[in-house]
Amino acid sequence: MSSYVPHTDADRKAMLATIGVRSIDDLFAVIPQAARAPQIDLPEPLSEAEVLRELREMSEANADLDHFATFLGAGSYYHYVPSVVQHVIGRSEFYTAYTPYQPEVSQGTLQTIFEYQSMICGLTGMDVSNASHYDGATAMAEAVIMAMSVTRGKRRKAVISPTVHPEYRQVVRTYTQGMGVQIVGDEERGAGPAALAHRIDAETACVIVQVPDFYGQMEAPSALAALAEATHRAGALFVVAVDPISLGLLKPPADYGADVVVGEGQSLGLDPSFGGPYLGFFACREAYVRRMAGRLVGETVDGQGRRGYVLTLATREQHIRRERATSNICSNEALCALAAGVYLSALGKRGLRQVAELCYHKAHYAAREIAQVPGFSVWQDKPFFKEFVVRCPLPVEDINEALLDWDIIGGYDLGQVDPALADHMLLCVTEMNTRQQIDDLVAVLRGLSEGDRE
Amino acid sequence: MSEPLIYELSRPGRSACFLPDSDVPAADLPEEWVRSDEPLLPEVSEVDLTRHYVRLSHLNYGVDSGFYPLGSCTMKYNPKVNEEAARLPGFAHTHPYQPEATVQGNLELMYALQQMLQALSGFAAVSLQPAAGAHGEFAGILVMRAYHLDRGDSGRNRILIPDSAHGTNPASTTMSGFDVVQLKSDARGNVDLDDLRAHLDEHVVGMMLTNPNTLGLFDEHLQEVARLVHEAGGLMYGDGANFNALMGIAKPAELGFDVMHFNLHKTFSTPHGGGGPGAGPIGATAELARFLPGPLVELCTDCEGDGCRCGEDEDECDEPHEHFRLVWPESSIGRMKAFYGNFGILVRAYTYIRMLGAQGLRESSESAVLNANYLQARLKQVYPLPYDRSCMHEFVLEGRIEGAPDIRALDISKRLMDYGMHPPTNYFPLIVHEALMIEPTETESKETLDSFADALLKIAEEARTEPDLLHEAPHTTPVGRLDEVRAAREPRLRWTPGA
Repeated sequence: MSSYVPHTDADRKAMLATIGVRSIDDLFAVIPQAARAPQIDLPEPLSEAEVLRELREMSEANADLDHFATFLGAGSYYHYVPSVVQHVIGRSEFYTAYTPYQPEVSQGTLQTIFEYQSMICGLTGMDVSNASHYDGATAMAEAVIMAMSVTRGKRRKAVISPTVHPEYRQVVRTYTQGMGVQIVGDEERGAGPAALAHRIDAETACVIVQVPDFYGQMEAPSALAALAEATHRAGALFVVAVDPISLGLLKPPADYGADVVVGEGQSLGLDPSFGGPYLGFFACREAYVRRMAGRLVGETVDGQGRRGYVLTLATREQHIRRERATSNICSNEALCALAAGVYLSALGKRGLRQVAELCYHKAHYAAREIAQVPGFSVWQDKPFFKEFVVRCPLPVEDINEALLDWDIIGGYDLGQVDPALADHMLLCVTEMNTRQQIDDLVAVLRGLSEGDRE
Repeated sequence: MSEPLIYELSRPGRSACFLPDSDVPAADLPEEWVRSDEPLLPEVSEVDLTRHYVRLSHLNYGVDSGFYPLGSCTMKYNPKVNEEAARLPGFAHTHPYQPEATVQGNLELMYALQQMLQALSGFAAVSLQPAAGAHGEFAGILVMRAYHLDRGDSGRNRILIPDSAHGTNPASTTMSGFDVVQLKSDARGNVDLDDLRAHLDEHVVGMMLTNPNTLGLFDEHLQEVARLVHEAGGLMYGDGANFNALMGIAKPAELGFDVMHFNLHKTFSTPHGGGGPGAGPIGATAELARFLPGPLVELCTDCEGDGCRCGEDEDECDEPHEHFRLVWPESSIGRMKAFYGNFGILVRAYTYIRMLGAQGLRESSESAVLNANYLQARLKQVYPLPYDRSCMHEFVLEGRIEGAPDIRALDISKRLMDYGMHPPTNYFPLIVHEALMIEPTETESKETLDSFADALLKIAEEARTEPDLLHEAPHTTPVGRLDEVRAAREPRLRWTPGA
């Protein structure tokens, strides 16, 4: 067998006879002869056992997080995924279905999305959530586009905090490069809420911050509320990117004036998986629902009054509105949204708070211990959640290389995104890090510090 | 048959998760930051949670449930080995920011997949970044934009799109800041050459063409279309949604396309997930490769080369030392998403291509086309076929039955559910009246195709003799036809307590 085609020779013969052609080749006669049957240079096919062996070997060439302690975050997080999550998303009635265009045979997918939308609203304090975006970065870019649409396309400026994830800022720029949009604010290192407020003008469609920010830190809620107020006074939208795990413990963005809340939902039951597939969540106030991008599931009834769910407000979407659609998005990350729904249901409000508290306390324990190692210092000027910045006496690359020898994957080298932060490392601690792992990390850093001084 | 919402199963104090106690001293919480209310989340036990989702799964129909001839979606069988591969902990439990030396396996797989897609398409380079087909289209148009701007040609602002195109094509065009010019199709379902000529000028960025198109037809004038567009200084964008007809049969780059996206979740057997995640890599000719979204994966064979970071100390490195690294195309349009693409989907597509090889892929496309032509032959006597010629991997009928004037395509589709099958795509493409767009895919047997054809022929009879059976269909599903007008007029988009 060389494919998943079930036909026997007899089947093929009978089918060709019904069609009225002599060979399968005849069906391709329309293709220019010169381009037909090209040489395709691919490796020889493998059996299932062989391919799994090859893939296992390839995967084992990686250092994986089951065998290494990790302190790497910066937008992708290693949280515990309860077993039930994989079992639910592994049900093929869910994963082999298409977008639920035919609601009578898609109530499973539709109801899980409706529940997911409810949970995202419950977490963020927003009125409506869509069914998902590709990831947190693309959800943020869609928020900028929606803000321009809400301001009737007359405003072409987005003010973005320099502490928003650098890759998110890059994606916002990629998305808007053909739209004549001006992205400002992030060229000014250290611009806080007050400085950002000064950048707002009559051209501004939205102001974007991340909480906790890329460096793990949080501005005071009162400072964020003041920025929200300045944004609203100018008639613009306040967009907040959040870590959904933090919302088990921390104030939801609705409390400090957010109009749109976006973020990366990977923490909610998805593996780090080398950066994807992830889950962009997008929630906003009800006033903007008809300007939103993406799928929305709504509740309704059938002819007999039975409750059911359908894709709704589709006149926003590309398959109906074409060039006037709110976005081009078609496929989204539905199965990832299902995983997030199962994750949030498994944890519940108390479980999520417990995960958030474990992250918080362990991160603070690690920060306190590292701050005591000679030569290392920790940014302490603002509260942080599960990530913090450490200034190191050695290049971060050297530290991370030394840590690998101890089966530890170290933090993110901030010098990669800002030359002024060479020798600064962003460390992440979650409920997956044991005290022992933290103590081991500190011991290696201490050894490096002593070696450095000798 | 209805299932309560998970919130309706919630009881205070229940949980389905065992979490560890804290093993570190508690730190002070920042009081001003602690939320005053609890997030509105359900509280359920694990057994109730499991049963809830299993019951919901029973209300769903997937490829594993039965025949799913949804046109333009390529609902082929999703091999189980793909799922096992993507879940290997060495892949699934790796972080995107690990040092390159610790993720050589991931980078090798991505590099190999880039090569495979290049081999199949004839393009010089492939970027695996885009997360979906529409995402790839958007990236591709931005690449075309960058190409023109790079040549100092800033006067181009129009993209030509046939009237048979997917809605994502015009929507992606708008997002790129360009205007859409819709082109007519001719009587045989091809791009109307006169209409094309009339719209070609120095303002044209390029043309987006799905080939085979959404009628399932290979454009008979493709080479002429590409020649005319190129002559006007425009570029040819290929919407690869229908590449399942062409694997190993023809290379899009040789057919005249300059940039194209692949739908790994259609052509390369990765599951649709109820709407996603998919992956939409794009390929480009040598001329356009430097504008692709980054990063790409490169094989570095010289350890002492510039900028080489193989993770080995230089003195420990035996040359030539092969390793993989992330690189940025010289004039890249930028990043389409965070990190490197939907890696878990890339693993599945790699697995599929690795198992089938060139011959298996060609056989798959051949059978996809055979199956579609077989169904077309069996059905066209009863359902009008507006473009009567050999199709590729799909075809479009009119959902119109002689002697049953009140029956619409929707009625036929809903009635098919009672026969245990998923309906075809309805009302698309827009240029066919009451369209029924049927794509059987190659993984379906003759018996399955026959039972589908039999069902449609039977339904045509029912339409004449018992039309209400169709008007009121479906009869056997968990819910009947839902009130979509009400859903849109009074949007209820989340559960609220006490509602």
